[in-house]
Amino acid sequence: MNPFMFVSDVSHQAVVVDRLFFVLTGISIVVVGLVTALVVIFGIRYRKDSPAPRPRLPRMLKNEVEAGWISATAFLFFFIFWWAAASELSALNAPKNTLDIHIVAKQWMWHAQQPNGIREINEIHAPINVPVRLVMTSQDVIHSMFLPALRIKQDVLPGRYTYLWFNAQKAGIYHLLCAEFCGTEHSRMTGRIVLMTQPEYARWTETEAPTQGLAAQGEKLFRTLGCSGCHGPNASVHAPDLNRVYGHPVHLSDGRVVTADEAYLRDSILQPRRDIVAGFQPLMPSFRGVVSEEDLVRLIAYLKSLSTKNVLNQQGERQ
Amino acid sequence: MTDITIDRFPDSKTGESYLDEGHSLASWLTTTDHKRIAILYALSITAFFFIGGFAIGLVRLELLEPHGLFLTDEEYNRLFTMHGIIMVWFFLVPSIPTTFGNFLLPMMIGAKDVAFPRLNLMSWYLFVIGATFTIIMIVAGGVDTGWTFYTPLSTLYANGNVIAAAAGVFVTGFSSIATGINFIATTHMLRAPGMTWTRLPLFVWSIYAVSVVMILATPVLAMSLLLVVVERWFGVPIFNPNNGGDPLLFQHLFWFYSHPAVYIMILPAMGVISEVFACFARRKVFGYTAMIYSLMGIAVIGFMVWGHHMFVAGQSPYANLVFSFLSFVVAVPSAIKVFNWVATLYGGQIVFKAPMLYAMGFLGLFTVGGLTGLFLASVPIDIHVTDTYFVIAHFHFIMVGGSVSAFFAALHFWWPKITGRLYPDYWARFGAITMFLGFNATFLPQFVMGYEGMPRRYHVYPEQFQVYHVISTSGTVLLAVAYILPLFYLGWSLFYGDRAGRNPWHAAGLEWEAASPPPKDNFERTPTVTGGPYSYGEDAEPRAHTA
Repeated sequence: MNPFMFVSDVSHQAVVVDRLFFVLTGISIVVVGLVTALVVIFGIRYRKDSPAPRPRLPRMLKNEVEAGWISATAFLFFFIFWWAAASELSALNAPKNTLDIHIVAKQWMWHAQQPNGIREINEIHAPINVPVRLVMTSQDVIHSMFLPALRIKQDVLPGRYTYLWFNAQKAGIYHLLCAEFCGTEHSRMTGRIVLMTQPEYARWTETEAPTQGLAAQGEKLFRTLGCSGCHGPNASVHAPDLNRVYGHPVHLSDGRVVTADEAYLRDSILQPRRDIVAGFQPLMPSFRGVVSEEDLVRLIAYLKSLSTKNVLNQQGERQ
Repeated sequence: MTDITIDRFPDSKTGESYLDEGHSLASWLTTTDHKRIAILYALSITAFFFIGGFAIGLVRLELLEPHGLFLTDEEYNRLFTMHGIIMVWFFLVPSIPTTFGNFLLPMMIGAKDVAFPRLNLMSWYLFVIGATFTIIMIVAGGVDTGWTFYTPLSTLYANGNVIAAAAGVFVTGFSSIATGINFIATTHMLRAPGMTWTRLPLFVWSIYAVSVVMILATPVLAMSLLLVVVERWFGVPIFNPNNGGDPLLFQHLFWFYSHPAVYIMILPAMGVISEVFACFARRKVFGYTAMIYSLMGIAVIGFMVWGHHMFVAGQSPYANLVFSFLSFVVAVPSAIKVFNWVATLYGGQIVFKAPMLYAMGFLGLFTVGGLTGLFLASVPIDIHVTDTYFVIAHFHFIMVGGSVSAFFAALHFWWPKITGRLYPDYWARFGAITMFLGFNATFLPQFVMGYEGMPRRYHVYPEQFQVYHVISTSGTVLLAVAYILPLFYLGWSLFYGDRAGRNPWHAAGLEWEAASPPPKDNFERTPTVTGGPYSYGEDAEPRAHTA
């Protein structure tokens, strides 16, 4: 573990954040230096009864000095905003075809599920040079996934999914911390993220692989929970076809068109009456309390497998 | 209006100090004199300052070792929560407005008292009721939510006394509102003849601005805490997502109050610093008008930046950029103030008495706090450092380096006026320098470890951060010395200090025209104001005549 983490080259985003941070630090040192120098110079020069002349500033000049530093400050601040915002915008949206790792947080542990069904506690293995996305939810209070070496953080909320993505470029073992106060053992809700080269990751997934991938486990649940009774190919009930739903636009009965992402699928399982697909009756019962967060992850992984052409995910599935 | 300001002298007691208006406990507990109420507040918040300081002292000791020394996780969490709740609501928010604001606002505008003296006393009693809930909460074992009461932790999972804690803060909020209303009415209605808005000292302007923020923001805090209680007590689903609630709603409501609350804590400090700089540089405050506009600008724009506390909370990334932009905008007026204070020194006759040293400490620490605010307003940096020690260091630079330094500057500046006694300047200067050094030793290392990834509210932590925690804890010792020291020399001055006289600093400002300590009605006659504030040095002109 690298004890000296002021500069991180673990990902491109980390380098961007560090650069911004150190330029701002430089600007701050200049400003603090300027203020200190002026206070010291004025303090000595204009100490009580010193011989220094004390010319009165003409009123005109006074106004100009003031207007000058107001506009200089405003300009500097807006420049920093523009720069920071621009670097943020470029990191906003995850690329397509990410490797998705599902995270369920609970007091006080992190539970990760790899695409091929490997389950980890307080540890995430991930390959480098591949965009990786964490799809996260909490079973209880708000937690926060903090990966300091990658310079990223995202709160993890109960009742919805939040996302964090990164594209690491350097293998290693780094901190994984909970950053949002979550109760008694908050400071013990820590672990590590293991970034590996792709061949290493592939080897690791093979040795650790459970008998069934996440999607396969989901498919099983899809049948045991009775979903297939309505949504399956031979169902007698008129229910939306779930093939090729994930990632595609869905027309709702109230006229809205939404893209079916993890959050939409989750809501449709837990609150089926919220977003009714156009042309269908609201017949489906809620599965809240019936299906656990971890089973939801499996179900969604299955639904995704029905429509994604995610090369990496499928590599992960193929054991 | 005029019937309030006409010269109506109290018959027999003219000239007698407000301190001699009665010595019984009952005479203090039933007083409506703004000066005595200020003293009541000062005693209450000082007690809380040391309780809150004691709590964090234990926390800092515990952090000497990565695996802890003597506290359990639960005790640790309750201690830092107690520190936060007490310091924010029972020290910083009331600190300068209810003590120096109460004492000085009527005097600075040439009034006999605030507009609603009985409401003023009531607001102190509300504070005491809120404080009682808080003491009960502490005695019953404390609360483990952090001062932010985030849901659903606070409503469904916390095992501490959340309801007592919320009740304490809720009731104290009404004290803030009452004080705010009183100050606004006082400033509008009770200015002495000739005291126009552009002749008001900047301290009065800052108290006015903060009063506006108090009455607009505090009701939102009351509502959000009420919702927490309703959900925790009655199980009404508001924030609980399992029943259709939204946990983020609480954060929006809470920060809609708590960001303006930061300005409640810092605006009065800015007012104090303007007065002290002008007096000890013997110069008119540079850019008086710009200072007023920046005070009011901060107060208004401060309402539109709450989302910068929630960049990683799960709000829309585009909303993040809007809040980021507005946060940069609100930083501009603060920067103007720093430059104007520095420019005030230009061409002055500077004397480095204790209040000036505290004020210069403020200037340096506030500048660092403000600049690190720019880091946090930048979304990519904030994503990395939010909820780490970097944020802790940033807001302590503003609230402790800024507000508490200014509180001490005010205490040393107006002490002779309030008590009629002079304190030993040598010890006070020693205290000011110790405070500055102790503060930096405590909080500068926290920026470093925060950027390295040390999360806040951690009882046990990775060993790589130990060195910073050890430095920080050592700084706390210096800081504690600097806070305790004034108890001794100021206490000593009460009995043995030299008589101060009306105006020991030769300061401008109506409060210095009154006797020290002032009589019950402040002035022998209602003063008539003929010029602007800060008539120092070559700008000196006869400003007011009380004869």
